Amino acid sequence: MFDDISALNLARAQFAFTVSFHFIFPAFSIGLASYLAVLEALWLRTKNEVYLNLFKYWLKIFALAFAMGVVSGITMSYQFGTNWSVFSDKAGPIIGPLMAYEVMTAFFLEAGFLGVMLFGMNRVGPKLHFVATLAVAVGTFISAFWILSANSWMQTPQGFTMNAAGQFAPADWLAIIFNPSFPYRLVHTVLGAYLTTALVVGAVGAWHLLKDRTNPGARVMFNMAMGLVAVAAPIQIFAGDMHGLNTLEHQPAKVMAMEGHYQSHPDGAPLILFGIPDQKAGEVRAQISIPKASSLILKHDPNAPLAGLDTVPREDWPSVPVVFWSFRIMVGLGMLMLALGAFSVLARVRRGLYDWPLLHRFALVMGPAGFVAVLAGWVTTEVGRQPFTVYGLLRTAHSAAPLDAPAVAASLLAFVVVYFVVFSAGTGYILKLMGHAPHAGEPGLEQGPDHPVRTAGITPAPGIQHASEGDPS
Amino acid sequence: MSLALDLPTIWACIIAFAVFAYVVMDGFDLGIGILFPTFKPGRERDSAMNSVAPVWDGNETWLVLGGGGLMAAFPLAYAIILPALYAPIIIMLLALIFRGVAFEFRWRDPDHRAFWDVAFTGGSIIGTLAQGITLGALLQGIAVDGRQYGGGWWDWLTPFSLLTGVSLVVGYGFLGATWLVMKTEGDMQAHVRRLAGWLGAGTVGLIGVVSAVTPFLTGAYYENWFAWPNVLLTAQVPLLVLIGTVLFFRSLRRGHERWPFLLALGLFGLSFIGLGISMFPYVVPGAVTIWQAAAPDSSLIFMLVGAVVLVPIILAYTGYAYWVFRGKVGQEGYH
Repeated sequence: MFDDISALNLARAQFAFTVSFHFIFPAFSIGLASYLAVLEALWLRTKNEVYLNLFKYWLKIFALAFAMGVVSGITMSYQFGTNWSVFSDKAGPIIGPLMAYEVMTAFFLEAGFLGVMLFGMNRVGPKLHFVATLAVAVGTFISAFWILSANSWMQTPQGFTMNAAGQFAPADWLAIIFNPSFPYRLVHTVLGAYLTTALVVGAVGAWHLLKDRTNPGARVMFNMAMGLVAVAAPIQIFAGDMHGLNTLEHQPAKVMAMEGHYQSHPDGAPLILFGIPDQKAGEVRAQISIPKASSLILKHDPNAPLAGLDTVPREDWPSVPVVFWSFRIMVGLGMLMLALGAFSVLARVRRGLYDWPLLHRFALVMGPAGFVAVLAGWVTTEVGRQPFTVYGLLRTAHSAAPLDAPAVAASLLAFVVVYFVVFSAGTGYILKLMGHAPHAGEPGLEQGPDHPVRTAGITPAPGIQHASEGDPS
Repeated sequence: MSLALDLPTIWACIIAFAVFAYVVMDGFDLGIGILFPTFKPGRERDSAMNSVAPVWDGNETWLVLGGGGLMAAFPLAYAIILPALYAPIIIMLLALIFRGVAFEFRWRDPDHRAFWDVAFTGGSIIGTLAQGITLGALLQGIAVDGRQYGGGWWDWLTPFSLLTGVSLVVGYGFLGATWLVMKTEGDMQAHVRRLAGWLGAGTVGLIGVVSAVTPFLTGAYYENWFAWPNVLLTAQVPLLVLIGTVLFFRSLRRGHERWPFLLALGLFGLSFIGLGISMFPYVVPGAVTIWQAAAPDSSLIFMLVGAVVLVPIILAYTGYAYWVFRGKVGQEGYH
């Protein structure tokens, strides 16, 4: 019995670890692909070289992030089977086709045009190259569409019947794809990805502005990034609020955990700002709260009754401490993003966007905030729907593969070691690229870092040799 | 009702096609990784890698379609096979991570290029070995208990699965060498042409050994191959392998550049057909047929609509991507 429990928890740890690591890359590349498409469009339209230089600057970073996203993503598509085989058997008829559509409509599109996008400028010309960039950008969005539909169905399942083999059999595909939480999750996640990218681009721009406030590339990227943060942060907070109301309707226990409401409040629930949830005792200790504010936010009426976890059987409780804190981390960072956006608008109005070091420092420290917020948000929604994989219908404990704990422990350890080696190296390379100031004549992937732009086919062989060996001569 | 009977067969064909597309496409770029240490650091290694840099990602996507498609169309098979092959599959995934990131990392970090070259080769060899072991372990049969895997954690490791593992390493090396015959020139081409000859002989020899052993693994394989009058049809497969082999060595000797690769693909195609003859109609050999494992019709029909429209489009733009980077490997790719 003890072995069963620990094998289950190890499998959960492995999934949480691999999916969190994986999601860092798409969270960045969804936004970055769109940003690259915008930069290339601006270059084609204005012929202003600064856009082309920025395009090439970010393309090198995109190539690294995308490769890491691909290899960490392949792991995910097999882990459903290796570690969650019972879930795969039962929910495969619904989750499987959604993921198959993701592969057929998105992954191939991205991968097929990525090569042209990275290496094909000289071969296909700028116009067709732009089409390839657009295809990759659209592919990242389509990918988000299907995988979030699959995830949302697991949160708010509908449109199925149970067949004789105990499987979820699809009955109405439109109801499955557009399940109740899907539109909210899609908007919230894609906006989160855009914000994540904008914060990274803004931080890189800020870093170079702090060193040289006249750098044209740094100015353009900082300007564009701050513009997006200023617009997207308030929209994201609104979208998150709508998503929360949707969750209250379909997964009330998750909202109870987010709010720290162990007890029901028949006449107006307080908004607990901070506190220490005690799962065993079923209460939040040392809480600082605003009376009736939770009812006001969730029900738009300060006296509206709100049920607590005391109305939910104890075996169906999610882990309140985890959800409570991850939710606050996400919201807190969202507020800081809002502040950064507002600060940048102020700087813009006062003509100080490129000249206020305080703004640049703020933008710099906010660089990783998007990643943290996005992961905290996923922890909130995924831990908050426990103890179920298919909400209310299939328990996590009944989803796992019949594996022995040592097998899962060994693979988890291997994943941890490999991911830390590989992805810290990759992150280091990305930071190294970001450390170089954007400049005129930015090399793309086709050209050597120390060699001028050249046309394919005219470089003498020794030149290739030097460039390929990183020879600085 | 006849529709219900046919859908699983159609899906078995689609997934077999995806797996085959994966094997030949990622096969040649894994093969390049396997042969990598035999290339001189510098120009030879760079052009070998650049010859697949624009396409490896698309090639690997077929692996995702194979896995995702199996889950979608035959969830029961997916649920039994993957836990049964837990160790080789996890090892394959980890190996492919090293192989995949090496494409980018070796250009970003000249100081540690030697390390990422080792990661590229190691990842390619181990990943391929694990794929071959997976195939052998599946062919030799998997213990099933109800709707779950019922065997032990080392069942996959047998002399036969090791044989298929090594065979696939040789086979992918063969594909990689013939691909490079097509994509390179001069000294390097002479080098890979020699390799292609040795690896071609090795591949054909190992196809022979695996084929000779397989029919004796379980009763069904023997029946599928040798029952009268099926044998009239199945006998064509080894015959065609023989013809393909002769043509291959002739084209290699005559200095053809494209034919060796195309004929290598043909030999892989024939082996794959042979595999199909052995396994059909089982998806878990000896235990679960495609009809037992199939998802409900509503799943299969929904996906079929997409596959019929999308797979030809995918093939078209994949073809376009290859066409853009056609010819000898030049300056494109990383430097």
